[in-house]
Amino acid sequence: MMDTEAIYQEPSVSEIKHLLENKFKGKVTVSKTEVRRVHAEILNKEDVFEVCNYIHDNLTFEHCSIVMGADMIDHLEVIYLLTNYYSGTVIEIFAKLPLDDLHVHSVALIWEGANWHERETYELFGIIFDEHPKLKRLLTPDTYTFFPFRKSYKLRGQE
Amino acid sequence: MMVVENTIDTFDSPSEERIAKDRYQTDAMWIYMGPQHPFSHGLWTLKVRVDGEIVTDAEPVIGYLHRGWEKEAENREYPKIIPMADRLCYSASMTYTHLYCMTVEKALGIEVPEKAEYIRIVADEICRIQSHLMWLAAVGTDLGNLTIFLWGMREREYWLDLNVRLCGQRMTTNYPRIGGVRNDTTDIFDRDVMRCTERFEKALWDLIDMIDSSSIYVSRMKGISRLTREQCANLGVTGPAMRGCGVDFDLRRDDPYGKYENIDFEVPVLTEGDTYARYMVRIEEMFQSCEIIRQAVRKINALGKNAPYRLKVPSKVPAGKAFCKLEDPRGESLMYLISDGTDKPFRLKVRAPLFTNISASRPMVKGVRVADVPAVMAMIDVCMGETDR
Repeated sequence: MMDTEAIYQEPSVSEIKHLLENKFKGKVTVSKTEVRRVHAEILNKEDVFEVCNYIHDNLTFEHCSIVMGADMIDHLEVIYLLTNYYSGTVIEIFAKLPLDDLHVHSVALIWEGANWHERETYELFGIIFDEHPKLKRLLTPDTYTFFPFRKSYKLRGQE
Repeated sequence: MMVVENTIDTFDSPSEERIAKDRYQTDAMWIYMGPQHPFSHGLWTLKVRVDGEIVTDAEPVIGYLHRGWEKEAENREYPKIIPMADRLCYSASMTYTHLYCMTVEKALGIEVPEKAEYIRIVADEICRIQSHLMWLAAVGTDLGNLTIFLWGMREREYWLDLNVRLCGQRMTTNYPRIGGVRNDTTDIFDRDVMRCTERFEKALWDLIDMIDSSSIYVSRMKGISRLTREQCANLGVTGPAMRGCGVDFDLRRDDPYGKYENIDFEVPVLTEGDTYARYMVRIEEMFQSCEIIRQAVRKINALGKNAPYRLKVPSKVPAGKAFCKLEDPRGESLMYLISDGTDKPFRLKVRAPLFTNISASRPMVKGVRVADVPAVMAMIDVCMGETDR
């Protein structure tokens, strides 16, 4: 039995699976593990910040590769890819957002590198990252009122 | 909980009134460097707030080249995205195409022939060397040494000639395919590559000699813009800029893709964390790339002329999610593919290393003199095509 409060510098894939499932019982499910890859889902979007903070502080995942959004038509998803610099392991973790409540807690306070990724996801998908230091449009003009990467936004010739 | 101090965002970004007010102040003012500025190497703006000579605050502004690449990709069949991936970055086209093909192959669950993997390694490393030479030439002009620009560009042409020999194009190569590469290596390609690497290593020493003997050139880089290892990891800075700050991580060695695990090479890491360290890491990487090319060419020769180099693949990708990471000349690039069982991607996300590297420009330039801003920003090797997508 591993201590879920201890700090691990270089946890193995099976250790990560064990720790995440024990620390967040009923909150996180690890669906699949491969060589240096862990795929997991956060069942409730309210837990995103807590889980990410644990992964950063206790599992030493110092680098946030991406934060991205995806429009799955009946819901939106926010996907995080997190990297451990000692073992090269990547945790892929995602949470579902219902269409009527597109709020999720920002992780830019944990990884500063996630700051622009969240701004981009906000402007292209309309996902609102609560407590983000500066949630403004980055790539598109400030005058835009729509979210162009949603599936409901059709390109010309597609209509 | 460890909450980091927010250093990316600037909160007193100038409003119209503020600019009007600052114009009459002599102690601090905002300067707009870009979008048309020799240091920017692309269309972007770095707003810097200067107090005399010292930069006290900065804010990067991007988005001038945003063309909705990811949305466009959702409306094209899988093979038609390969030439689009070429145009993400003009000097790293081979690595982006490779990354795209690798991601689709992972989603399809197929193994590429061994020969194709080694040819891709050679092509990637040629791409890395020519991209670094392009960067070296640009640094030369930024810091006022025009000879380095000319020598760097001259050496780069030899590598571009090898690209022509391999696939008929200098820059936007359109060479890797889903399931392999477009064509086998040509008859005397191996001989030419070997000769080119040998010649290049000597030429690179000439370049290093010239740089080290130029005290003006070196003194503008030494000791400025120091970043610590923890800062660098947290800011998401990747690639040579990160390895110059002491993060010992290279995807080719620590998370190997393709056949990199069969290749023996070293990852240059320096712990100084200043601009000069980031500079030296890139120079050293070019030597290592030569070594990788030599080993990969030997492997291709050992496989023989008749080994397969391309597979036939289905046009429809089964529904699911797949992602791949690759060590780009500029850092960690990543593609994330969500497929829905049709012949077009449902969503294709690109992580461009420079997108995050540019976001870290505020902590990088804070505290340096305004004349050193080009030297600092040159070390992340700006390319806006991939940043804005």
